[in-house]
Amino acid sequence: MNQDTPLGGHISKRFDNELEDIRHQVLAMGGLIETQVANGLRGLFESDSDIARRVVQDDDKVNRMELDIDDQCLKILARRRPAASDLRLVVAIIKTINDLERIGDQAEKLGRNQLELVDDDAGSLHFMKLEHLGELVSKMLNKALDSFARMDVDEALKTIALDEKINAEFDGMMRQLITHMMEDPRTIRNVLRVSWCARALERIGDHSKNICEHVVFLVQGKDVRHIGLKAQVEMASE
Amino acid sequence: MDKNVLKKKNKPASPCLSLGSFEATIGENMLNDAKISTRDVNVSYGDKQAIYDASLDIGRNQVIALIGPSGCGKSTFLRCLNRMNDTIAICKISGKLLLDGEDIYAKKMDPVLLRARVGMVFQKPNPFPKSIYDNVAYGPRIHGLARNNAELDEIVITSLEKSGLFEEVKDRLNAPGTSLSGGQQQRLCIARTIAVSPEVILMDEPASALDPIATAIIEELIDELRQNYTIVIVTHSMQQAARVSQRTAYFHMGKIVEVGETSRIFTNPCHKMTENYITGKFG
Repeated sequence: MNQDTPLGGHISKRFDNELEDIRHQVLAMGGLIETQVANGLRGLFESDSDIARRVVQDDDKVNRMELDIDDQCLKILARRRPAASDLRLVVAIIKTINDLERIGDQAEKLGRNQLELVDDDAGSLHFMKLEHLGELVSKMLNKALDSFARMDVDEALKTIALDEKINAEFDGMMRQLITHMMEDPRTIRNVLRVSWCARALERIGDHSKNICEHVVFLVQGKDVRHIGLKAQVEMASE
Repeated sequence: MDKNVLKKKNKPASPCLSLGSFEATIGENMLNDAKISTRDVNVSYGDKQAIYDASLDIGRNQVIALIGPSGCGKSTFLRCLNRMNDTIAICKISGKLLLDGEDIYAKKMDPVLLRARVGMVFQKPNPFPKSIYDNVAYGPRIHGLARNNAELDEIVITSLEKSGLFEEVKDRLNAPGTSLSGGQQQRLCIARTIAVSPEVILMDEPASALDPIATAIIEELIDELRQNYTIVIVTHSMQQAARVSQRTAYFHMGKIVEVGETSRIFTNPCHKMTENYITGKFG
């Protein structure tokens, strides 16, 4: 954890515990999300409908965690009236779990698309094309959660930079898929499914980027959203 | 993207450029158009120094909140602004204190007139043992602000209206001021302060003895008064400072540690000590 933003040290030990507890729950939710995304991808690549089904079912766990953490944040706001870094932590957590929940929804989409395609062998071959994009996205999500856990602005900024790679990969992928569809319109039905999965992965990249931006806000109190990577880096190092 | 930009060491935010020194006040303690300016003010009671090198500008038509732990010198600083410390024999003050450029401690400055220009509201409502009317009329009478009774009536009514009390007391202006509730008594004291048309109002914990409703009414009033007066408020309530002020100054052990816009101080303070105080951590 960055030394500038220790959670502990409050005169009220209970408040220390509440903040630490809520942070741990976010990390646990992050862990579950990583598993969901990994399993979503595994379901696609290994044509394993059992895993895909579990991903769809487990989205409910993610949703319940979001509600639970939200509720605790609300209680802290009402009872503790946090200020400064405490306030930023609670706000950053509320935003982060929203992004995590949406990443969960995208993982669920991967599972659903796999289940729709289970009887079609050709479809799973198309899914292999997502492998590289999937790797990039998993790495970015992992790094985003890591930067949140360690409250590390440098790591967060490096992770934000990965989003451009993911977008480029996604664009290349779409061009490739469009070519497929033009060459052989019979594949459109399957290829569309692949493109929806690619889209879901690309969205996971966007949400991971949001989480990194929340980390910068949490640690430095600076809002670096919607200004572009170069300005983000400059602002964070001012 | 230039790869080197990512390697840059994180520096503090721009208002915090002078971060790191406890000796010097950090943040924005100076203003271009200050109503009151203090420079290098040192105050001591006998051997004990209460304030060290306080340099702070107080903005026109603004509310500035002075916060800090008990004994940090914020009330002492407040009392310097209208020479309330003159009555304490062992109190010594050095440095510059200017009200619109005039030296507050100049020999030609009459403390009675100064206190009419820089009024004060105290922690405990302290109405005189007189009627509501006479409480408000007291200041205008001794300063000769009204030529006749009609003018005096006008001043009393306007002051009570400005303090938001008139509607509640208009039928009993002759009742004793002490018969009012705590919140009403405090608003009576504010009306008494306003009656001599001050330029600055100093408030020392004006709502600490009041219930949340009376507190909310006083805070609303402070916000309205800001249109016409400059207000300096000392408060132990962090929430109150955050709600009513535009600027906040954090005092610690006689030093002004940090000054800045209230919204920044409460979301992103620069100094570790400010952060610790407002988040309720060990200092």
